[in-house]
Amino acid sequence: HKVALREALNMAMEEEMTRDKTVFLMGEEVAQYHGAYKVSKGLHDKFGPDRVIDTPITEMGFAGLGVGAAMNGCRPIIEFMTFNFSMQAIDHVINSAAKQLYMSAGDINVPIVFRGPNGVAAGVAAQHSQCFASWYSHCPGLKVVSPWNSEDAKGLLKAAIRDDNPVVMLENELMYGVEFEMSDEAMRDDFVIEIGKAKVEREGTDVTIVTFSRMVGVALEAAKELEAKGISAEVINLRTIRPLDRDAIDKSVRKTSRLITVEEGWPQSGVGAEIQAVITETGAFDFLDAPPERITGVDVPMPYAQNLEEAAVPKANHIVAAAERVCYRSR
Amino acid sequence: SSESAEFELAVPLEYHNVEGPAATSATATKEELLDVHAMMHRIRRMEISCDNEYKDKNIRGFCHLYDGQEAVAMGMRAAMTSRDNIIGTYRCHALQLMRGDTVSRIVGELFGRAGGSSAGKGGSMHFYSKQNRFWGGAGIVGAQVPVGAGIAFADRFNAIAEGASRDGPFPITVAMFGDGAANQGQIWEAANMSKLWHLPCIFFCENNQYGMGTSVERHSSNPRYFTQGGEAIPGIRINGMDYLSVREGMKWAKSYVERGQPLFVEVVTYRYHGHSMSDPGITYRGKDEVKQMRETKDCIKLVSKRIVDSGWASEKELKDREKAIKAEVAKEVELARAMPLPDAEELYTHVLHNETPKFIRGIDIGSSRVA
Repeated sequence: HKVALREALNMAMEEEMTRDKTVFLMGEEVAQYHGAYKVSKGLHDKFGPDRVIDTPITEMGFAGLGVGAAMNGCRPIIEFMTFNFSMQAIDHVINSAAKQLYMSAGDINVPIVFRGPNGVAAGVAAQHSQCFASWYSHCPGLKVVSPWNSEDAKGLLKAAIRDDNPVVMLENELMYGVEFEMSDEAMRDDFVIEIGKAKVEREGTDVTIVTFSRMVGVALEAAKELEAKGISAEVINLRTIRPLDRDAIDKSVRKTSRLITVEEGWPQSGVGAEIQAVITETGAFDFLDAPPERITGVDVPMPYAQNLEEAAVPKANHIVAAAERVCYRSR
Repeated sequence: SSESAEFELAVPLEYHNVEGPAATSATATKEELLDVHAMMHRIRRMEISCDNEYKDKNIRGFCHLYDGQEAVAMGMRAAMTSRDNIIGTYRCHALQLMRGDTVSRIVGELFGRAGGSSAGKGGSMHFYSKQNRFWGGAGIVGAQVPVGAGIAFADRFNAIAEGASRDGPFPITVAMFGDGAANQGQIWEAANMSKLWHLPCIFFCENNQYGMGTSVERHSSNPRYFTQGGEAIPGIRINGMDYLSVREGMKWAKSYVERGQPLFVEVVTYRYHGHSMSDPGITYRGKDEVKQMRETKDCIKLVSKRIVDSGWASEKELKDREKAIKAEVAKEVELARAMPLPDAEELYTHVLHNETPKFIRGIDIGSSRVA
């Protein structure tokens, strides 16, 4: 089954809203406009205005409102038109949602999903083009998932909606229209992907590449090039950023003895930085044959001009070069 | 069955963009006023005990006291049912008590004990009781207001899903905030959505005249907070130093809001303590002002006077009752003091609901918790 990522997300929401009448979708342009990126197309027609709700442009307000509804018996899906706008609402994601259970010693949980496009977009410059994986995955009490393909998107979103804790789901605008093959199993309405489990997208023996979201595809492209050069790369699709699947990373690094992390986000305090810290702590460090490398977005705000934008974002050739370095095929 | 009397309200209810009852007087029974007198006094003794315990360094961190504002909590209690929701500010000890908790559990929380209301994990700003529909206790100024609108949203959403009329009546939610928070943009964001979506939500401004140390004249271009809804959302202003005024105003407010029409409520009140324990409360307001408020506007004095004037109890009898409550609160404080500290392992609990995280990193890797 060829399914575009936005359709997989749509399918997940439709199935979960059919299964559980406490689920609703709220956000800017999700109803009559069919979603700014058409992810919620048809849901308003099917479920009506009580459950698919257009909000005013008021992120702080509707994020907080969603948290209150989640505390009191609903399972809201709060769509941010892009995660860039979630910065207006980050207080509610962290202070109102993520910490609520702990502060109340288990009395009040917040089963809510905050979702929307994240990461590098095309030609929209600094304020609309950035990755929030590091920001949200920093915070205990939250879960953070980030799909690469349609199967990930459907399975992770369904798991997020069913989760009793707040979940941030970081999608990618550039991936919404990309079609992926989905298995029969993934097409079923009971298909979910366990949060907290990474997936080995491609097995290999010489170098581990850990990445997530759109960069999984870039890493697979690099792995193909590397194969031609006689380097066998293992590609791990994190799927979940928090809780991080430490075991999967540890296991792979012990096997390959080499590690590259790949992300679109900025390097400092990034996901790659965390992964390197993790392997030093799990003991996989002792199995390394080379210093790990990070491939990240350039440490600058995103520029507009196409050539500059392209120069700011990792590509397969960066990963290939890093793999050759850690395998001592080049300097 | 009980004796009752009619009492004049010192300040009439004032409405914005809506017709409400004139309510210049209200009836109350002897039992009611004696109960309110006792409960207000209990709150005040609890807060004064907190003041002392804080100064003895038995209470840590931020601690915002409610003495002076007792009539507000009591008037709300009288007008609401246990199905109605309250979400409050960081000044929330009295609300937790009013919603059914005990002095010992509340003070136990302030002492950071395992037997505290939030098992020692919340402290002064984080009291909750989901079963009694008290949703906090919120430490971030103003953030509780959209959350409150969401609580109202869920009540309406779930009621309609169960087949209830779209016009209610629904349980109501009182989303409280102070005059300082009234300037936060998210108050209007929440109010706007509540009006658009017919949410049974009261935007309840406890105007105690100061946002921390900045007086309303200095922080609000429009300090008539009951008019904050402008043309869209009506409002009512209530004398918050008078229990009966708050009761009457909130009874009307509930009847208006439960049909899915949001409302701004402003109660004009006064706090005797500083903003928090680090604030002596006298650099931005005169000692005479506080003294005068205590002498002429005190909410407990007003209830006492009504009881005595009605011949329901003598001043001596009320003093005896107050003494008994003082002793009872002192006993509860000692109960709290005797509570054990939280078990060290509790540091790692309540991070996620219905599951134990596979890994929680400790200060060093060796002290991490692996499930």
